[in-house]
Amino acid sequence: MRPFVYERATSADEALRLHEDGARYLGGGTNLVDLMRLGVEEPARLVDVSRLPNGEIELRPDGSLLIGAAVTNSDLAADRTVRESHPMLAQAVLAGASGQIRNLATVGGNLLQRTRCSYFQDADKPCNKRVPGTGCPAREGEHHNLAILGHSEACVATHPSDMAVALAALDATVHVRGRGGERTVPLRDLHRLPGDDPRRDTVLDSGDLITAVEVPPLDIPSRYRKVRERASFAFALVSIAAALDVEGGTVRDVRIALGGVAHRPWRALRAEEALRGAPAIGEEFQRAAEAELAAAEPLRDNAYKVPLARNLIVRTLTELGERS
Amino acid sequence: MDSEATPVHAEIALVVNGTEHRLRVDTRASLLDTLREDLGLTGSKKGCDHGQCGACTVLLDGRRANACLALAVAHDGAEVVTVEGLARDGRLSPLQEAFIEHDGFQCGYCTPGQLCSATAVLDEADRGWPSAVTEDLTADPVLDDDEIRERMSGNLCRCGAYTGIVKAVREAARETETDGARA
Ligand SMILES: Cc1cc2nc3c(=O)[nH]c(=O)nc-3n(C[C@H](O)[C@H](O)[C@H](O)COP(=O)(O)OP(=O)(O)OC[C@H]3O[C@@H](n4cnc5c(N)ncnc54)[C@H](O)[C@@H]3O)c2cc1C
Ligand code: SF4
Ligand code: FES
Ligand code: FES
Repeated sequence: MRPFVYERATSADEALRLHEDGARYLGGGTNLVDLMRLGVEEPARLVDVSRLPNGEIELRPDGSLLIGAAVTNSDLAADRTVRESHPMLAQAVLAGASGQIRNLATVGGNLLQRTRCSYFQDADKPCNKRVPGTGCPAREGEHHNLAILGHSEACVATHPSDMAVALAALDATVHVRGRGGERTVPLRDLHRLPGDDPRRDTVLDSGDLITAVEVPPLDIPSRYRKVRERASFAFALVSIAAALDVEGGTVRDVRIALGGVAHRPWRALRAEEALRGAPAIGEEFQRAAEAELAAAEPLRDNAYKVPLARNLIVRTLTELGERS
Repeated sequence: MDSEATPVHAEIALVVNGTEHRLRVDTRASLLDTLREDLGLTGSKKGCDHGQCGACTVLLDGRRANACLALAVAHDGAEVVTVEGLARDGRLSPLQEAFIEHDGFQCGYCTPGQLCSATAVLDEADRGWPSAVTEDLTADPVLDDDEIRERMSGNLCRCGAYTGIVKAVREAARETETDGARA
């Protein structure tokens, strides 16, 4: 591992000031330290932002949540208010990693964790995301767990976060502090599709600091489900965050986001549109899922994700419909 | 720039199993290597060094954490409890006793991590934390076998001593419950 200078920031201003070229912010380190050990990341300086005064969860009068970026994944999932008001968010966080990793991991770091594509994690292999222009061996090689939607010739990676999938379905916004001051980015726009610049996972610039995530109120039944290769402690093959409101047998409101299928959490807007105002029955759920997945372009070894995603959508909506 | 190749050091303090230590560490050093190499506490094990096996699990400021992913310098001032610190006044904890009674290990390599992790599982359940298999997120969790398996899933055992581990944790959970009721 390359030697680095370590600085602990005590305020967002100080964090920005300490962040210079070649620096990285450090949350819990559960992804960054791992990637440094693998030689994938080689920062000259770490600016520790895990103890900034944004480690709180605030329930606002309108029912929305303001979650500080330094809140740990454990504290987010354990928070009574979150469990009651936004169950699918708590479920998504609990579906990720392990108890001991969630204790270290922060909300900011979770959003910005890098892909688990095995070529990206192996510094000796070519990879357009790690070293632009070297090619994408995953396209012809090991890709059974990679993207079916929105990928490009240059990169077929997926974003690994479970929490981000729930936040995409919840229309969350990310509070960012950068050189130009403060701004907010809708979570759905935070992560990019790879296009011809897979180096960049998100729309953030170097030195941009995530300070908080804002989540609008949710007053309809919701659920996070995750399919993986073993019962627990594994990344998603496909996951879903869904919320459904049915009135008199008709879909009044619906949100669907998929994980494990694309370079970013995949908000299924087409399926949602097909469902709004439609009868809340299995055939409609199926039709909507198929409308969404019509855009899928599976690779040689991951076509199984298409029916998996479809069935997951149908099953989860059916279950939510029964509760609604 | 030759500064790039020069190791950077920092002074830190750690309270480990109740004893305060002042140390000079390379900023790159993990908490795990610091415990094992600098403090000679070799109970915590290195299985993967990537957060995948749980053999390095310790209690960091009262919460379980993978010591292999934690940079020592980032935890200056922290209180750490390792497997060496689980016994009280020379007596094994009820959880440790239960591991022996129920054959919660074979080779023992994963055991220090299992014990630290399970100690925290009991505490998390006590505080009402749900898990991925908790159906009702707002109810107090009951540590049945499914809950224990899910909550312990960050600790792998190559010997496959899982049956004994689950039994041991279940028994220790029951003991803490009755203790709690008595208190
Ligand atoms: C074995 C294993 C299994 C896992 N399984 C899952 C899983 O099933 N599901 C899942 O979702 N995740 C999983 N994870 C990933 C885990 O959730 C992430 O590693 C964790 O959430 C990252 O948070 P962190 O605070 O440790 O981030 P760090 O590792 O500290 O940082 C990650 C990135 O974010 C940047 N960063 C951190 N904070 C900020 C900030 N405030 N502003 C701007 N940039 C910032 C860092 O510079 C770095 O680039 C797993 C990890 C491991 C090791
Ligand atoms: S899929 Fe993306 S991350 Fe994986 S090898 Fe190709 S370019 Fe690299
Ligand atoms: S050594 Fe830390 S998780 Fe394996
Ligand atoms: S007892 Fe041997 S690895 Fe668990």
